[in-house]
Amino acid sequence: MSTTARLPEEFSDLEPFAETWCLATEDERFERRTTSSMEEMQAFYECFFPRLEEAIEYCDKHPLDRLPQDVQQLLLLIYSLIMVAMSVEIFRQPRAVDAADAVLVRTKDPRP
Amino acid sequence: MGRWPKPPEGSWTEHYPELGTGPISFEDSVSPEFYELEREAIFKRAWLNVGRVEDVPRSGSYFTKELVVARTSVIVVRDGEGAIRAFHNICRHRGNKLVWSDFPREETQGFCRQFTCKYHGWRYGLDGSLAFVQQEGEFFDLDKPSLGLKPVHCDVWAGFIFVNLAEVPRETLREFLGPMVTGLDGYPFGEMTERYDFVGDNNSNWKLFADAFQEYYHVPALHPQQVPPAVRNPGAGFECAHFQIDGPHRVVSTAGARRWTLAPEHMYPIEVATRSGMVGPWHTPGEGPLPPGANPGRVEPFGISNFQIFPNVEILVYEGWYIWYRYWPTSPSTHRFEGTLGFYPATTVRERIEHEVASVMFKEFALQDAGMLGGTQTALEMSPVKEFPLGDQEVLVRHFHKVVGDWVDAYHRERGEAGP
Repeated sequence: MSTTARLPEEFSDLEPFAETWCLATEDERFERRTTSSMEEMQAFYECFFPRLEEAIEYCDKHPLDRLPQDVQQLLLLIYSLIMVAMSVEIFRQPRAVDAADAVLVRTKDPRP
Repeated sequence: MGRWPKPPEGSWTEHYPELGTGPISFEDSVSPEFYELEREAIFKRAWLNVGRVEDVPRSGSYFTKELVVARTSVIVVRDGEGAIRAFHNICRHRGNKLVWSDFPREETQGFCRQFTCKYHGWRYGLDGSLAFVQQEGEFFDLDKPSLGLKPVHCDVWAGFIFVNLAEVPRETLREFLGPMVTGLDGYPFGEMTERYDFVGDNNSNWKLFADAFQEYYHVPALHPQQVPPAVRNPGAGFECAHFQIDGPHRVVSTAGARRWTLAPEHMYPIEVATRSGMVGPWHTPGEGPLPPGANPGRVEPFGISNFQIFPNVEILVYEGWYIWYRYWPTSPSTHRFEGTLGFYPATTVRERIEHEVASVMFKEFALQDAGMLGGTQTALEMSPVKEFPLGDQEVLVRHFHKVVGDWVDAYHRERGEAGP
């Protein structure tokens, strides 16, 4: 489920990725990753990874339980970058190597 | 190799002479007949870990657990006094499944003041007593006090809720767990309440899946990606620092420098950027000495201890977070895997991100195990070979299958039957 909320001003250059990658649940992020091409993920990764630490610090200025809407969107984009890093950095393919048809569903996690 | 001292007998396996050193059979993991025996000999007699106290936070909180292998469903509830109780999930009136939400075969959880049967509206208190019968006057000699929910033995250790389906359990939970497992007393599970829960239906026998989590011998071959390519050694092996057995339970501990104390090429960029990864957050709020029982081999530098609680539970303790697995048999060739990561609740966004990274990486490598073991199951079912060698690094696999066999043999003996 994508949303129309926007990223913070300082990260507006990442806005083209927001619609695809600001996804509320791990289920959606995993699904998006495993149905994306490596080229799509590489493009997202190369634009965002150099600014990851800056993005974490930006989010970290706000209390975890009172994140403004735009900061929540940035946090979701960070979660997707973590997901995409599994493909880009580790496996060099969308799904884990040799995972075959295995499925593991995350049924509970904290929010945001 | 040979970095960690072995027992005086020369190997971990020979340290426990009852295990032998010969090849073993995995017929116990493919035979439908053996699976039928496991239902009775193991799952209807052992203490089974069905949840944690955080799953029933207040009076009236409940969850149901489908114990397919034991052909029953149980309700676990925190009663009005705050005690945790378990009942068979069946209405005493016409045998309807008492608690379910959208579909009777699916587990559910929630909060209530009474359990109300969907069929004819009978109601039960949180203590299981029959509280209300619709048109009670129409019944004959109805003895309400004797028509409470059928209780299931239930006890709690270290916040882990266990049930026992036997009429009379042979041992208390604490006796069953024994000194090695209860050596974890004092580990702060109760503070690590931020949970990431996972469920997967896997195409392998429950024991074959558990086997992959009680040895690290497979890690360099199946999970080479755990080590970044720049420092990956294709010929690398893996040697554990300590193995220990106590009754039906097992523990293995690893040693080694913390990943983040090594040069950056030993980590993936995402790990460096987030200060978390394969082995969890680099720093956690609860740092401090572990209870001595968490590291029974006094391994230094300590990596992780991996406790296998018979029959189907595993708890992996790190300094500052833990992982908890359950393997629930659903047929001779399938099981439901439940995995949970527990952390100190994040107080900042950065900490939450650290937990997310650890949870995402955990899933990737668990998927490799689950994918491959479907292949093990298929191959074993067709195998012309019936005996397989195990190395010393696989001593716990050897012990696990032996204990399962011993429990089935004991069941036969008690019934005056010959073994399979």
